[in-house]
Amino acid sequence: MAEKVLKKGNEVIALGAIHCGCDGYFGYPITPQSEVMETLMEEKPWETTGMVVLQAESEIASVNMVYGGACCGKKVMTSSSSPGLSLMCEGLSYLAGSELPCVLVNVVRGGPGLGTIQPSQGDYFQAVKGGGHGDYKIIVLAPFSAQEMYDFVGTGFDLAFQYRMPVMILTDGMIGQMMEKVELRPQQPRLSDNEIAKRYGSWATTGKTPDRKGNTVTSLALDPKVHETLNHRLQAKYREIEEKEVRFETLYCKDAEYLLVAYGSMARICESTVESARAQGLKVGLLRPITLFPFPVKEIQRLMPQLKGILSVELSTGQMVEDIRLSVEGKIPVDFYGRLGGVIPTPEEVLEVCMSHYIK
Amino acid sequence: MKEEIIIAGFGGQGVLSMGKILAYSGIMQDQEVTWMPSYGPEMRGGTANVTVILSDKRISSPIVNAYDTAIILNQQSLDKFEPMVKKGGMLIYDPNGITRHPVRKDINIYSIEAVEEAAKLGNAKAYNMIVLGAFLQLKPIVIMENVVKGLKESIPERHHHLIPMNELAIEVGKQAVKEKHKV
Repeated sequence: MAEKVLKKGNEVIALGAIHCGCDGYFGYPITPQSEVMETLMEEKPWETTGMVVLQAESEIASVNMVYGGACCGKKVMTSSSSPGLSLMCEGLSYLAGSELPCVLVNVVRGGPGLGTIQPSQGDYFQAVKGGGHGDYKIIVLAPFSAQEMYDFVGTGFDLAFQYRMPVMILTDGMIGQMMEKVELRPQQPRLSDNEIAKRYGSWATTGKTPDRKGNTVTSLALDPKVHETLNHRLQAKYREIEEKEVRFETLYCKDAEYLLVAYGSMARICESTVESARAQGLKVGLLRPITLFPFPVKEIQRLMPQLKGILSVELSTGQMVEDIRLSVEGKIPVDFYGRLGGVIPTPEEVLEVCMSHYIK
Repeated sequence: MKEEIIIAGFGGQGVLSMGKILAYSGIMQDQEVTWMPSYGPEMRGGTANVTVILSDKRISSPIVNAYDTAIILNQQSLDKFEPMVKKGGMLIYDPNGITRHPVRKDINIYSIEAVEEAAKLGNAKAYNMIVLGAFLQLKPIVIMENVVKGLKESIPERHHHLIPMNELAIEVGKQAVKEKHKV
């Protein structure tokens, strides 16, 4: 039987990294995610798997160390919280432009600015719409339990290498600080340069061999043709991801007349809301996007004919709600409810809002 | 079975670790658990609280409006959480330092003189386990064997020699809890 432990979401991000055969973690402490690096330092994976764990001098250094490691075809990652992630956005754009795989974790806190260390979902736009400059996307995974925090590190690396692009785990202080039961997986070996090349193709700068030309990794493309081709290739990749990699979960959606949409911590709250709504005979369902990019546009459109309306529930002033509105193209009403400052609405509070829209 | 518990007091009283041991005990008997702390600056010297849920089924929201049990270790927490106990629910408090005692008539109220008992034991650090003992006496939702397993899992190995002391403290808490008001 697999080992079950009681751990914080942040702690199992670290364990997930070690167990999936991550090669290197580079980070800089910031509340509410400092337990990620603390746990790595306690676990000392450099003595067991050979994984490198390094506290860099800043977030900017961390993300550029990730860039360097990723160029060599290594499974490398970093984690931070909102202000730190903002510092990393230049590097993120370079990683996307150079088509490099990596995992970034953002344990979001309230902004703008230094804001608050309490949970927030105010970085949805930054994660999903860009953050850095240029026409790029990254895959964004939104875990809603400690188990998913653990599992998504490995999933993130698989997706990052399959599509050669950064993957972000977007979470918040609530999921990061909460302890839950987590089932651990067996240790996976770290992959050698040859194994990476065999599985994902030879693109990494691991040294020229007699049978091939040297590999170059760069995001610079001054030739208009080369640059346009690069961007079209990136866009084609993003369209493929929109076709193949959408992940979501539905609860009581089969006969739902009113739909809640929530991700991460808010999806946990909304699950209870939907359960109480159902207990009162109200036909309310929940859609939980697991990937925020790619967004479950088609699932929303599939459910649309049976719905009187949708409520987006977020710890922000309304960000994901825009993607829902784009999905429904104005055909049904889309309402929004959000709280800020680390105030997490209770399930009953959401139910009241839900009823005020649904039973008009 | 589903038990939603708030444990609240000052930082340093062992509120969070009491919650952790309770949650681990739940895991040892295959229950679902969540442990949701207050975190950040409020932990440092101010109030600390943790919501622990143990359940036979999957737990959706780790945050709730109302609690089955409130374990209260200072005045601010009593003021804040007494109104949030479910009707017919339970409140356990340490009267030490309490000037305004609980007043509700629709909940069961118990007291545990844990500061005093810890002093008698000659071990101030046993405080939170005495309180845990009081809770387990009233709601034996986890069996003692699993509490000991929970202790082993949540205490670093170098402190494992303290486990018998913790067991003793739990036993003291079980004996010392007093009924104040019964619905």
